[in-house]
Amino acid sequence: MPVLRWIRRNLIVIAGLLTLAYMILPNIVVMVFSFNKPNGRFNYAWQQFSLDAWKDPCGVADLCGSLSLSLQIAFWATLGATALGTMIAFALVRYRFRARGAINSLIFLPMAMPEVVMAASLLTLFLNMGAELGFWTVLIAHIMFCLSFVVTAVKARVMSMDPRLEEAARDLYAGPVQTFVRVTLPIAAPGIAAGALLAFALSFDDFIITNFNAGSTVTFPMFVWGSAQRGTPVQINVIGTAMFVIAVLMVLVGQLIASRRKSNARN
Amino acid sequence: MSVTEAPPAPTPEEPRELTLRKPSTRKRLVPYWLLLPGILWLLVFFALPLVYQASTSVQTGSLEQGFEVTWHFQTYVDALREYYPQFIRSLLYAGTATILCLLLGYPLAYLIAFKAGRWRNLVLVLVIAPFFTSFLIRTLAWKTILADGGAVVDVLNTLHVLDVTSWLGWTESNRVLATPMAVVCGLTYNFLPFMILPLYTSLERIDGRLHEAAGDLYATPATTFRKVTFPLSMPGVVSGTLLTFIPASGDYVNAELLGSTDTKMVGSVIQSQFLRVLDYPTAAALSFILMAIVLLVVTFYIRRSGTEDLV
Repeated sequence: MPVLRWIRRNLIVIAGLLTLAYMILPNIVVMVFSFNKPNGRFNYAWQQFSLDAWKDPCGVADLCGSLSLSLQIAFWATLGATALGTMIAFALVRYRFRARGAINSLIFLPMAMPEVVMAASLLTLFLNMGAELGFWTVLIAHIMFCLSFVVTAVKARVMSMDPRLEEAARDLYAGPVQTFVRVTLPIAAPGIAAGALLAFALSFDDFIITNFNAGSTVTFPMFVWGSAQRGTPVQINVIGTAMFVIAVLMVLVGQLIASRRKSNARN
Repeated sequence: MSVTEAPPAPTPEEPRELTLRKPSTRKRLVPYWLLLPGILWLLVFFALPLVYQASTSVQTGSLEQGFEVTWHFQTYVDALREYYPQFIRSLLYAGTATILCLLLGYPLAYLIAFKAGRWRNLVLVLVIAPFFTSFLIRTLAWKTILADGGAVVDVLNTLHVLDVTSWLGWTESNRVLATPMAVVCGLTYNFLPFMILPLYTSLERIDGRLHEAAGDLYATPATTFRKVTFPLSMPGVVSGTLLTFIPASGDYVNAELLGSTDTKMVGSVIQSQFLRVLDYPTAAALSFILMAIVLLVVTFYIRRSGTEDLV
């Protein structure tokens, strides 16, 4: 049977593509259902095509407010975690110091801990200190759990850097600051960017830790969670789809620029 | 992946220490200043909370009269006695989801690393792209996909798959939603990228010539995979399974959205004890037990797989 032989030869490709389909399917459902006109409070069954939600994405109370809050938190959390994380990564790769093992474990542990444990313990701290739950407690929590991921991403990049480049800069009479800004930082930039992107994605999409420490503040994931109980507006799907499309476009444009630059460099 | 190629490792003609001048005191403090803010942040908002939680777990009292440390370890015993089904369920679901992620993710990672050719970047983007839609929205989409009387359930019904899974206790009669299968399906889906990316990274590093060499030495493709490819991808397998198992064991989103009261995981219990019942000692004890279990599993697993340098 030639068909069977073909299947056997391409088994891995077929299995891989099936997995890919499994991963993409929910995104397609989200996209299709952003054009739905549901018959009730929940948007789970297809009724009829409609552009209503796309024409009025902020038509649901509190939805766009929660979205902008999430974007703000993600922005500041990314800034904080990237700054602190990059400093730690440089210290770990470039210097010798005491208590290195302890510091490494302190950075590894938040990544090896179920989110709910960190969420619950941080809430105990805030309750004990009498802190008011809201924007600031969420921001503190986000910087905390993004930090380790930034350190890991930047560390990988700094480790592969050639220290001789910086030595060369120093030999050519660049001061320490100039060396750092003109040589070290540009080379480390891809690692820092990767860390920052990761931090942004983690913070923006975080639910469990935020849910514990937000008090009555509502971020976008918390809005979606609440709507799963009260009724899911179609606008949620519109925003999910828009984010997906924007992100994919950004990646594609980035790829295009990178390959254009590469072919320019070759000529 | 890297934009600029990593230069070859420096080969010093003489020991490097000799070329370094003895640093001044100010210079020696540089690493500590770099570490200070970040480490302080982690100490105050990660380590200190764990201490607070440990103390809360041995307190007694009520919300009105306040809590007091009374070294009441009975809370742990009671919590375990009452909620052990949720613990077992969490480990079982997370373990199953991890194995499924490995089985589903490996072919895709392999495909990207060796077979995708010029489609490689596109497929990689497709693996990461789902991340850009909030995971809660995507998890809700599974409610539509697995809905009663939907296409998926119909097909599984016609193929009599649901008869088998119902007999095994994974589904109930002809429903998938609100059953263990739906929860495991959601967990597997949500954590697949965390499996695929580390797998891909370690597969991509494998020198293609090793495959050729194995073929030249008369190894069948299956043998090549078993003796060359898979052992070399072990670092990816280990970090992928950890990155899947750890978050899955504490997750309560999938259990709450796709499951029923019979599929509650320990994360749900911690959440409701903390935020609704307001029984802080029990919640803290539960959370501590979960942490201990996960750390034990992780340590044991890393030891067994012999990749201690991972950390």
